[in-house]
Amino acid sequence: MLETSLYFIQQLLNGLTIGSTYALIAIGYTMVYGIIGMINFAHGEIYMIGMYISFIAISGLTMLGVEYLPLILFITLLISVFISSTYGWAVERVAYRPVRGGNRLIALISAIGMSIFLQNYVRIAQGSRDIAMPSLIQGGWSMGPADGFQATLSYMQLFIFIATFITMTGLTLFIAKSRMGRACRAVSEDMKMAGLLGINTNRIISLTFIIGAALAAVAGLLLGLYYGVTNPYIGFIAGLKAFTAAVLGGIGSIPGAMLGGLVLGVTESMTSAYFSSEYKDVVSFGLLILILLFRPTGLLGKPEVEKI
Amino acid sequence: MKDKFVPALIAGVATLILAFPLLGLNLVSTGLGLGIEGADTQTVVYIVLASLAVFAFQLFKENVVNVAKSIPLPRKAYKPTAAISQAQRDKKEKIFTFIVVAIALIMPFFASRGNIDLATLVLIYVMLGLGLNIVVGLAGLLDLGYVAFYAVGAYSYALLHQYFGFSFWVCLPLAGLMAATFGFILGFPVLRLRGDYLAIVTLGFGEIIRILLNNWTHLTGGPNGIGSIPKPALFGLEFGRRAKEEGNIPFHEYFNIAYNSSYKVIFLYLLALLLVLFTIFVIRRLMRMPVGRAWEALREDEIACRSLGLNRTIIKLSAFTIGASFAGFAGAFFSARQGFISPESFTFIESAIILAIVVLGGMGSQLGVILAAIAMTVLPELAREFQEYRMLMFGLMMVLMMIWRPQGLLPMKRRHMELTNA
Repeated sequence: MLETSLYFIQQLLNGLTIGSTYALIAIGYTMVYGIIGMINFAHGEIYMIGMYISFIAISGLTMLGVEYLPLILFITLLISVFISSTYGWAVERVAYRPVRGGNRLIALISAIGMSIFLQNYVRIAQGSRDIAMPSLIQGGWSMGPADGFQATLSYMQLFIFIATFITMTGLTLFIAKSRMGRACRAVSEDMKMAGLLGINTNRIISLTFIIGAALAAVAGLLLGLYYGVTNPYIGFIAGLKAFTAAVLGGIGSIPGAMLGGLVLGVTESMTSAYFSSEYKDVVSFGLLILILLFRPTGLLGKPEVEKI
Repeated sequence: MKDKFVPALIAGVATLILAFPLLGLNLVSTGLGLGIEGADTQTVVYIVLASLAVFAFQLFKENVVNVAKSIPLPRKAYKPTAAISQAQRDKKEKIFTFIVVAIALIMPFFASRGNIDLATLVLIYVMLGLGLNIVVGLAGLLDLGYVAFYAVGAYSYALLHQYFGFSFWVCLPLAGLMAATFGFILGFPVLRLRGDYLAIVTLGFGEIIRILLNNWTHLTGGPNGIGSIPKPALFGLEFGRRAKEEGNIPFHEYFNIAYNSSYKVIFLYLLALLLVLFTIFVIRRLMRMPVGRAWEALREDEIACRSLGLNRTIIKLSAFTIGASFAGFAGAFFSARQGFISPESFTFIESAIILAIVVLGGMGSQLGVILAAIAMTVLPELAREFQEYRMLMFGLMMVLMMIWRPQGLLPMKRRHMELTNA
């Protein structure tokens, strides 16, 4: 009995860890969708680039002789967020702004093209093989009998929870309190009206892509440290998962994306633990289809009124 | 000039930031962990040059555009030609079609074996492109999981042969039917969704099918795939050296000629050509039927269609199902031609290539799709030394096409009549 519940707790912890990073990526989808009503198809690739940049930054700092771990992580975070945000900004400028206002399919296809381009750009620049990094944060707390199954909360997982929590709180405060955040909300409410009232909508749209990319870079750093391995193809599936999380929570809603990410992460880890790890992707995409069928607005989304 | 300077500087610096960390610093595994090393001088020079080029281009963009505009293009003088009537246009089109089909029929008897093989591959992509064209081009439903139906078709033939010993000719319609059924099952619930949701759900569906094929090892063989799938026979005549099925006779023995392995290649090519012609014929007919017109009407304005009493679910579903069935035919032919299939052949990138064919050709236009399929298949073969950059260029091309010419190279023209004053 004790063993089963410990096993369950362990799976819950693993699920919440993955889920909180899904939530970080999902916010990027949800914010872009909330403002321009389009899916940022290249978002998964930004996350992948964020992971590569973190690996490069960590290796570079280690080679320069920086030994103090919090300093390494902090500088890596800054570099990774900065460069990935530039990518987010560039994706908007190149693949979205010229086709905005036209048919939605056109923007979607151009974003798919961008996603393929970025994936292959990284493949050519860094090679297509897996790149592994030794884990920086080790150890953790265990509970349970010393000779039986132990549920472990590793320091790495704790680090992910804390980092996610700080990022989310920061974002929520930014959206709720700051002037720019208010402008964001206004643009997502009614872009034309916000423009008439003197908000630079182009700048706000750029800002949305930048914030989304920054959060994806944080997720890239965290998952990079957690898994310790990356390759140019991880962005595709991760993007699809995060999109599922965004839809699950109700696309366009930021708290929804957070909730959706956690629910999806836990669902996935439970599926791998009690059913089969090969089919965990099938279960999450199946979940996506079911949600779109029975509750297209998601858990926390508002119903969309079709305007004529 | 001065107000251009800052944005141009930003663009140049951004290019540097984008390019340098990933291109200029390479991750290498060292004994204990991970290290980085700088790229060679050449790459660094290229990065700096590219940034300067972006800066200069942004700075002088207007001047460049003006210069480009001032170059006098050899324009055709406008001559008011007599309006060609629809009948004349039809006649021209018939002659053109006849010539193309005749060339395509004669071609294999003169071309080399490798070229015929390549042409067969082109024809498979033509078939896929035409099928997806119904869904994306005519009905305006973005389907990113089209390759799933292709996989269903391919595995239908392979499995039906493996377990029941069915021949290619029995399996071909069955494969189309299976793919159509899958299209129906997927389409029924999801077609109520809005455009971009539909895109993601179909994408997820494509992944589900691929994962199932990969993991359902005792049925599909998993990642090892299914091998020794027989080539189709012609009325009981086989094209191998010896007949594999009982009661069949090898082609060369029946006609009393020497065995030549290129008969098989030519036969497969002609079969593919036949399938493509059938596809073109069916789709052309469908386009002029009420259902075809309804597809296009729905693409143009869904709300107007609904207010005129069209049942959008049935119309979308018919497009989805018919499009899927052509992928099923193509899949069955593909597995017969390859003789071996595995989930590797049915990844998302394949869906993206087929989509790119439709987009490049011009959504809805049959001739455009055919030309685009030829271009997308033959160009990579010609530029083998650029193989590594193929997908990179391909992604870039999709973006640029959408910016400069979203209607495609040969956009679809509706049949129309012109009024004359006479």
